[in-house]
Amino acid sequence: MTQAIDRPQAKAPSTGSNFTALRCKECGEVYDLGAKHVCEDVCFGPLEVVYDYDAIRRQVTRDSIARGPKSIWRYKAFLPVATDTPIDVGTGMTPLLKTNRLARRLGLKSLYIKNDAVNMPTLSFKDRVVSVALTRAQELGFSTVSCASTGNLANSTAAIAAHAGLDCCVFIPSDLEAGKVLGTLIYGPTVMAVKGNYDQVNRLCSEVANTHGWGFVNINLRPYYSEGSKTLGYEVAEQLGWQLPDHVVAPLASGSLFTKIHKGFQEFVKVGLVDDKPVRFSGAQAEGCSPIAQAFAEGRDFISPVKPNTIAKSIAIGNPADGVYALELARKTNGNIAAVTDAEIIEGMKLLAETEGIFTETAGGTTIAVLKKLAEAGKINPDETTVAYITGNGLKTQEAVHGSIGEPLTLEPKLDSFERALERARTLNRLEWQQVSV
Amino acid sequence: MTVKVLIPTPLQKFTNNQATLECEGGNIVELLEALNSACPGIKARLCDDSGELRRFVNFYVNSEDIRFLQGKETTLSDGDEVSIVPAVAGG
Repeated sequence: MTQAIDRPQAKAPSTGSNFTALRCKECGEVYDLGAKHVCEDVCFGPLEVVYDYDAIRRQVTRDSIARGPKSIWRYKAFLPVATDTPIDVGTGMTPLLKTNRLARRLGLKSLYIKNDAVNMPTLSFKDRVVSVALTRAQELGFSTVSCASTGNLANSTAAIAAHAGLDCCVFIPSDLEAGKVLGTLIYGPTVMAVKGNYDQVNRLCSEVANTHGWGFVNINLRPYYSEGSKTLGYEVAEQLGWQLPDHVVAPLASGSLFTKIHKGFQEFVKVGLVDDKPVRFSGAQAEGCSPIAQAFAEGRDFISPVKPNTIAKSIAIGNPADGVYALELARKTNGNIAAVTDAEIIEGMKLLAETEGIFTETAGGTTIAVLKKLAEAGKINPDETTVAYITGNGLKTQEAVHGSIGEPLTLEPKLDSFERALERARTLNRLEWQQVSV
Repeated sequence: MTVKVLIPTPLQKFTNNQATLECEGGNIVELLEALNSACPGIKARLCDDSGELRRFVNFYVNSEDIRFLQGKETTLSDGDEVSIVPAVAGG
């Protein structure tokens, strides 16, 4: 049964504003709560939102959160928006599935999938960050919102902007999967398909960002936007019965999601909602775009950019903004960062679908393939409570598995035709069926 | 070598709010010196105390990241376009 989203009831609890400033993650310089993302006056480091955790601790309990809306806004006290009526399109509170068949296949005893392939409204984790960013964009007075996207973010920004009545212009690489382009155009934004890779799109957007008075969710609104990913940490902690997992495996593109899941866990510890414990963080990249995995393997503390060449387009960022922070996190938590080939990514997509009934996109295939690789290498303890984050939906990247999953058996509407088809299905591998009448 | 330099908004306070400048320099190092002469103080924002480019600033020559070229030794030619872009964006 689908729960209706009743906006008045879905209203987030009134907690006031608990965010007080922006602060440079590198040098500590403090800025006002405007639309800015880098430390302009000193070092160009990334700005992060500063919170009053004493105030949050006074406002929230496990019960108050559990009574909140069935969306990310149950955690509004931890998010950088002031309004009591944030944009709530039912984003978040996606299933945390305890796996049986996949866990057995990988030799793990306690493996969960956090399934943002069914996040609302556009079937990826990006709806979390965009819900926060566009709520904040409205507070800051923007009437046009924008983004540099590998596809999922474009879907989400266009959809939620449409819901909120904001003008929207999105920038994407021109070679994106058809599903991601169509799944953006339908909402009616201006779509700029740039002849280049994502890093080139991103550079162009950085140059454009301040010229037209637009709110770029992942540029000048990035400090607010990125905080939305913390809800992936909060939800898992709540869904595990108010405790943290032992090990997290998540995809790495810019590295932001990875670090914000960790921040979400740490904030819950800080305000007393969960007990502290060590959580290992392992990251997944595609070999065709693995600048963070390469730095990890080589013991470097800096990221050398690469030019992406992989089917995992949604995580094909060759110049990752938060790469160094993801690298530090994996190392300090005794985690790993690994990369897998495109063939392994497809096998990862199939494995998750065939064992757990979840059709994820290439980024999810990357995560599952790396999970498998780490499990087989003994880098995940079978007894660890492990959560793999599936961040997007396979229906958007159908091209990736065309030719790898076989074809249906085509038959005449006659009983003998059915029997021949059944015999064929029982005796041949599905990839050998071909698309023939029987 | 005269090149066109694209200045990011946060640094336009050093350039009288100009988004582009014409500047001289045979490579990025020389360009930085020339920029600093024209706009005193701008180099300290782009380089750390040891003179290395800050890790959160990216330079592009004709749209190519200089880390794919010769870094700050990347040679410049007449008419090249150098873009200075804060690194933290996207994702």
